[in-house]
Amino acid sequence: MSESAQLTRALVRPIASPAPSGLLADGRIDRMLNTTGAWALGLLWLAPLLYAVWTAFHPGAYSTRFDLLAPLTLENFRAAWAAAPFPRYFLNTSILVATILAGQLVLGTLAAYAFARFSFPGRDIAFALVLIQLMIMPDVLVVENYRSIHALGLVDTIPAMALPYMASAFGIFLLRQTFKTIPRELEEAARIEGCGTLGILWRVYVPLAKPTYLAYALVSMSHHWNNFLWPLIVTNTVETRPLTVGLAVFAGTDQGIDWAIITAATLLASSPLLIAFLLFQRQFVQSFLRAGIR
Amino acid sequence: MTAHPLGNGGRLAAIHGWLLLLPAAVLLAAFTHYPAVATFWHSLFTTPRGNRPARFIGADHYRDLLADPIFWTALQNNLVFAAGTILPSIALAMAMALWVNARIAGRGLLRLAYFTPTVLPMIAVANIWLFFYTPDYGLFDQLRGLFGLPAVNWLGSGDTALGAVIVVTVWKEAGFFMIFYLAALQQIPPELGEAAQLEGASRWQRFWRVTFPLLMPTTLFVLINATINAFRLVDHLFVLTRGGPDNATSLLLYYIYEVGFKFWDQGYAAALTMVLLSLLATVALLKFFWLERKVHYQ
Repeated sequence: MSESAQLTRALVRPIASPAPSGLLADGRIDRMLNTTGAWALGLLWLAPLLYAVWTAFHPGAYSTRFDLLAPLTLENFRAAWAAAPFPRYFLNTSILVATILAGQLVLGTLAAYAFARFSFPGRDIAFALVLIQLMIMPDVLVVENYRSIHALGLVDTIPAMALPYMASAFGIFLLRQTFKTIPRELEEAARIEGCGTLGILWRVYVPLAKPTYLAYALVSMSHHWNNFLWPLIVTNTVETRPLTVGLAVFAGTDQGIDWAIITAATLLASSPLLIAFLLFQRQFVQSFLRAGIR
Repeated sequence: MTAHPLGNGGRLAAIHGWLLLLPAAVLLAAFTHYPAVATFWHSLFTTPRGNRPARFIGADHYRDLLADPIFWTALQNNLVFAAGTILPSIALAMAMALWVNARIAGRGLLRLAYFTPTVLPMIAVANIWLFFYTPDYGLFDQLRGLFGLPAVNWLGSGDTALGAVIVVTVWKEAGFFMIFYLAALQQIPPELGEAAQLEGASRWQRFWRVTFPLLMPTTLFVLINATINAFRLVDHLFVLTRGGPDNATSLLLYYIYEVGFKFWDQGYAAALTMVLLSLLATVALLKFFWLERKVHYQ
């Protein structure tokens, strides 16, 4: 894109006036149609969440009929909280997500540094082997990975849930791209000051890659907070089960649990990410943007 | 690139490089490369049970697979699922990105609305959708009731269940893909559109002649991701349909889960996994050899 884009830009510059920019900003009717369409789709996209909030905050009797005067209640949340060991699930998920993230950041940083700034025989093949994981994610290899975890005697532990995801091709790739943009002069200066390999990595590369770390951390946390299939397979007790699996178990035992309580539990399980997302919306989207570009 | 530019000597650099790589390499090999190869190996054996060790049976599992109607159903469902999710979610993502990149009323809120499904756990939102689809008093049937239409058992009928699952998936994915298009749109210099406008191009022409071609690399990226996801996303099945009714919504990975972990036939599950791996390998090859060349215009 670059050459043609630059060429066109150079050609256009002399006559470029503050004409209406943006591709969808032509006539008034046009704009109205677009705004309507965009908002209709937006409401459609929000509908499930809005519905869940409505149901969770009203008595069970109102989950199927909408009445603006329906009384508000927190009873559903209390009932859901009491009906399943949610505190335990929250704790398990938090430990799981933190473990995976810590592993990914450390292993990814080391590997990315090796790929970005060292030349050694077999490097390109090794890099290609890493990228294979972008296509074949551990989610697809559940049968064989379960065998391995079983052989290691780790079934129903948090390490079992975390291990397959610790070395992340996406993380390594993302950090490698970032490290490559850091000027070598900085590294040379640090080396003259007497820094070793790890010292340079820690003092020069890691601080300069902070935005990438933040972006990657957000992507990774939201992904593993939501992960379901693998934790479902390797856990079978309350002590290790994460939120997603706990929620599925909870909602699966249909008898006697009504919709209002299930939606309350659903909101409980989604709330940490949802609140984090509402608070840090800008950074969240920005980080996805940044993570997606390279 | 041969010697390390900092004069440390090539050998030292090589040792350092490999040492840095080692921890990640070990885990990658253990949980990606080894299982991919071992899957093939184990697909040639029976599943060990109790006092009966695994026995070599060659291609028997693959022969069973050819004769297994559920496998064919799952494969066919998965192809329909891929076709039904990939293009609609990409088209919606592109429309969403164009909207929230333009000056539109409530742009921030709209971005929020589109992106929300991405941060919610699939298993959680599936619960909400399950309720929408409930016959008689679910949201869809209540809406149909307003027009005097009869109730439909959306998830319980073989005709509508897969479509219902596809709708949930598109809803979940489109907002995520939107982000990548938004990133790409923000990198397009506005002068390009202005230039086209000065030459009298209509909005539609500008989209197809200027914006759309410039979005091609992003489309490729999103297409690959959407395709991989089409063979990877099964979480909602656990809540919505459990593969039913009568396997109408069973997808390959879900069937692998059932065979491997409900029927505990890991040898046969390995053979099924090989099918899934070959599909994903095909996607990878398509990317590297065909699309790559088509997309990188000069």
